[in-house]
Amino acid sequence: MSATEFHRPELVCPAGTPAAARAAVDAGADAVYCGLQNATNARNFPGLNFTEEEIAETVDYVHGRGAKILLAVNTFPPAGKFDLWRDAIDLAVRRGIDAVIVADIGVASYASSRYPALRVHLSVQAGASSPEAIRFYCEEFGVKRVVLPRMLTVSEIADIHRQIPCEIEAFVFGNIGMMAEGRCSLTNYATGVSTNMDGICSAAGDVHYDEDRDGNLTVRLGNFVLDRFGCNESAGYPTICKGRYSCAARTEPYYAFEEPVTLNLSALLPDLMRAGVTALKIEGRQRSRAYVKAVVAAFRKAVDDIGSGKEAKLADLIALTEGYRETEGAFRSKTWR
Amino acid sequence: MAQSRPVTVSGARNAPPFLVDIPRRLLSIVPLAVLQPVLDRIASHVARARPRLFARLGPHTDKRYLIDPVDLPFVLVLIPNSARPFLKAYPRNDKVDYDAGIAGRFINLLTMIDASLDGDALFFTRDLRVVGDVEAVVALRNALDDCDGSIVDTITAAFGPLAGPAGLALSAVRRMTAGHRPM
Amino acid sequence: MAIGQEKVELTLGPVLFNWQPERWRDFYYRIADEAPVGTVYLGEAICSKRGPFFDAHYDTVVERLSGAGKTVAFSTLSEVMLRLDRQMIERVCASPELLVEANDVSALFYLRGRPHHIGPFLNVYNEQAALALVRRGARNICLPTEMPAAAVHELCAAVRPHMVTVETQVFGRMSLALSARCYHARAHGRTKDSCQFVCENDPDGLDLKALDGRSFLTINGIQTLSYDYLNLIRQVPDLCAMGVSRLRLSPHTCDMVAVASAFRDVADGRIAPEEGGQRLDALKLPAPFSNGFYFGKPGHSLVKPESAPAPTA
Repeated sequence: MSATEFHRPELVCPAGTPAAARAAVDAGADAVYCGLQNATNARNFPGLNFTEEEIAETVDYVHGRGAKILLAVNTFPPAGKFDLWRDAIDLAVRRGIDAVIVADIGVASYASSRYPALRVHLSVQAGASSPEAIRFYCEEFGVKRVVLPRMLTVSEIADIHRQIPCEIEAFVFGNIGMMAEGRCSLTNYATGVSTNMDGICSAAGDVHYDEDRDGNLTVRLGNFVLDRFGCNESAGYPTICKGRYSCAARTEPYYAFEEPVTLNLSALLPDLMRAGVTALKIEGRQRSRAYVKAVVAAFRKAVDDIGSGKEAKLADLIALTEGYRETEGAFRSKTWR
Repeated sequence: MAQSRPVTVSGARNAPPFLVDIPRRLLSIVPLAVLQPVLDRIASHVARARPRLFARLGPHTDKRYLIDPVDLPFVLVLIPNSARPFLKAYPRNDKVDYDAGIAGRFINLLTMIDASLDGDALFFTRDLRVVGDVEAVVALRNALDDCDGSIVDTITAAFGPLAGPAGLALSAVRRMTAGHRPM
Repeated sequence: MAIGQEKVELTLGPVLFNWQPERWRDFYYRIADEAPVGTVYLGEAICSKRGPFFDAHYDTVVERLSGAGKTVAFSTLSEVMLRLDRQMIERVCASPELLVEANDVSALFYLRGRPHHIGPFLNVYNEQAALALVRRGARNICLPTEMPAAAVHELCAAVRPHMVTVETQVFGRMSLALSARCYHARAHGRTKDSCQFVCENDPDGLDLKALDGRSFLTINGIQTLSYDYLNLIRQVPDLCAMGVSRLRLSPHTCDMVAVASAFRDVADGRIAPEEGGQRLDALKLPAPFSNGFYFGKPGHSLVKPESAPAPTA
């Protein structure tokens, strides 16, 4: 495929608050995704997310500027509490949301059978990483788009594209969770709060920072020490999968799962577009609108430049990254695994 | 794999230090007796002008936040209760009770409150320190971030007759910091 | 044990660790001969690279287990991504006579419309998800290990009128996360492709210690498990009363026949749950027991019987 055959991918951007949603659209987002102020979405963080009234206002703002708004209902309702998730789907329809992003089979089943006209996207939390899994969701629940797990190489994405009947959305920037999404109970093991059921990874209420006189920062989650940073060492998110540990094979503490880094695929954008990706997703509903504005603007420009045959000049986003470091994660090469 | 921190980041790298330092220098010589009435006015003004901010805080509106501009001679205690907002300055050496604390250079705290700097990025580079109730800090950060326009403008409006000079000083700082960070 | 309940069945989950093929074979021979378990799940659930090692022994192991009256089911890979992974799934699902447990939605693609089991790696947290899968042929659902008792109770009540049984893990290290990256290889400075099967040195997984020296997690290839061993022997009567009809033991190198016997005796009411607990304590396992998930507490915690709240059932 030559560069002229690029289709223009949709830029799907995070909105933790109405202000962030407006910032994203103003910076060139084609779509924003957001969540409600409860356990129905995977960024159920204090002070974040939308009331129904704020959803309605944001729908007006976003649609008024020709963009789309998606609602993440992408956690797993525990038995007995399904009503909260059902209500979220109902709200999305009532307020004119363009698509819901779901992970749970029960929620997908409800959304597709109750609202056949509702556009359903499969969340990365569903962990559908093979053509067969994706086709199951498409055929059984009418899924129109899959958000691919961050574990595939670009050539594997291209391979999947050829074998599935739906659109692909792929992450291009943001926090890179090391564990398969939707299949991680590490936070619950340490704190009693479930990422899948409560929508919280590393609940802030269970995170403790202790800095000693020399500026060494110890990070704990619940009762467990996750990491210790020297006074000049940059820090990352306080998650178990970014901590330092030791084992019989490595007695010196090491990042057993992953260093604190941020995914940045800006250099792989042309390859991703060639691989048949319909939408490029930026992670970070928990980040500030300063982050949203900067990252969205940079990717907007890069995508447009590539689309018009120019070489993309990518703005320096390093200052926004975790651990002050970037990675292309799994996308460039299998050796990452 | 690089384990060390590449460069020191501050809100105002490359800007002439003596210029950036003006608001800080002014604040460091203002007697607290003069500062306190202004703080009272800021608190009640923000409470009136930004009701949604308090709704976002949920259960954290009665928490005591210690705001510690490490390069100033005082610290601030904030209780973001919309009915009885509380913002008080204490000399740095006073013993102050708090539930949650945020510490950083004055310029970084100011630009983060103004939503022109990303709090997570400041934390990653260790330019921001968080102690105590981390959830309360996250809630406050997120609530502030939803404020439309500039909350610093809202604050400077509270200076009343001094709003003009205060705003000028702040916008000078902002101009200098803008362009030196990509956000 | 609740009077009038159907007899609860003990099951043996797949061996999650990379055991030597002979050890693996002999383990199942002993299970066939001595362990009071009804269903045995065979198959490689963690890493498709390990799969071929056991091929030589499958036939004899299946024969021995079936001969001893055990039901044999094949548990599929939990994470399906590579060509090799997908081929494994297709092969297992290709034989309609095999009873298959799906650990990933990839397997459902082949299994829908015919009777099958749902494994604990496939997320079924609620009655709506369970019923959607029952309509597509699921006959047994093993719930995620982090499900609290209250939700297990609700789910059992909702699916009771339907033709499906509910299973939960009651013993062994708890699976907490999967990844595309192999952490065993990483610990040894290798990658998944160049791993040289270093995971075979750790038949119960590789302990990971936090910076304060406290054992925290266990690495098993791409899987992260708890350091603690789940032990719900004291909750067996409550689980049965809720309507859980299969109790899963996850294999370790410890005496699994003794473990199964203790659970069987408690389930049959031959010994009190407390006595069953003492029998497991006497096994002197290398890590402590925990049961926090069941009580909606941190998974690593152990809720003692005297402080345990009354069952929700």
